[in-house]
Amino acid sequence: MKLARVVGTVVATQKFPKYEGLKFLQVQPLDLEKQPRGLPFTAIDMVDAGEGDDVLVCLEGQSAVDAVGLGENPVDAVIMGVVDAVQFVPPRRDNPWTRG
Amino acid sequence: MNVGRVAGNLVSTVKDPGLEGHRILLVRPLNGREKPFWALDAVGAGAGEVVLYCRQREASYAFHPDFVPCDACVVGIVDELDEVLP
Repeated sequence: MKLARVVGTVVATQKFPKYEGLKFLQVQPLDLEKQPRGLPFTAIDMVDAGEGDDVLVCLEGQSAVDAVGLGENPVDAVIMGVVDAVQFVPPRRDNPWTRG
Repeated sequence: MNVGRVAGNLVSTVKDPGLEGHRILLVRPLNGREKPFWALDAVGAGAGEVVLYCRQREASYAFHPDFVPCDACVVGIVDELDEVLP
């Protein structure tokens, strides 16, 4: 899963028939300090996320297809939830044995 | 999924029977940093059009129930794209 921010929308009238009624949002992946990192991509919105919201995106195709729930259709990124808060323990730089 | 531009097509006669009857298009991602790749066409996209594409194994679900061995396919033609990068 990835933490990302909604940065735009994609409108496509001529598309795969099963996509009818689905919303496509452009999302920009973020790192833990919520700074943009990596390239933006498109994800299907299942939770009505608005522009500028921080969201949780699932990138594994099979779970994305199940999340959309319309049976077998070509989906590889789905917005699973809107993020309210992020808490994490910063990596320990001082101890050489801890990883990351 | 992501958005890209159709930049070419490919003709192959001797190929996997599952690919029979599908157009193979060259898609160049719009962000200009990912490499172009070949994708199967599921919506009849023309040359130069901005399209929405899907990668990974789920791309072959576009031709469900017949089994098409592909890892990328064009699933939509983009009319409008607004993107404000932070």
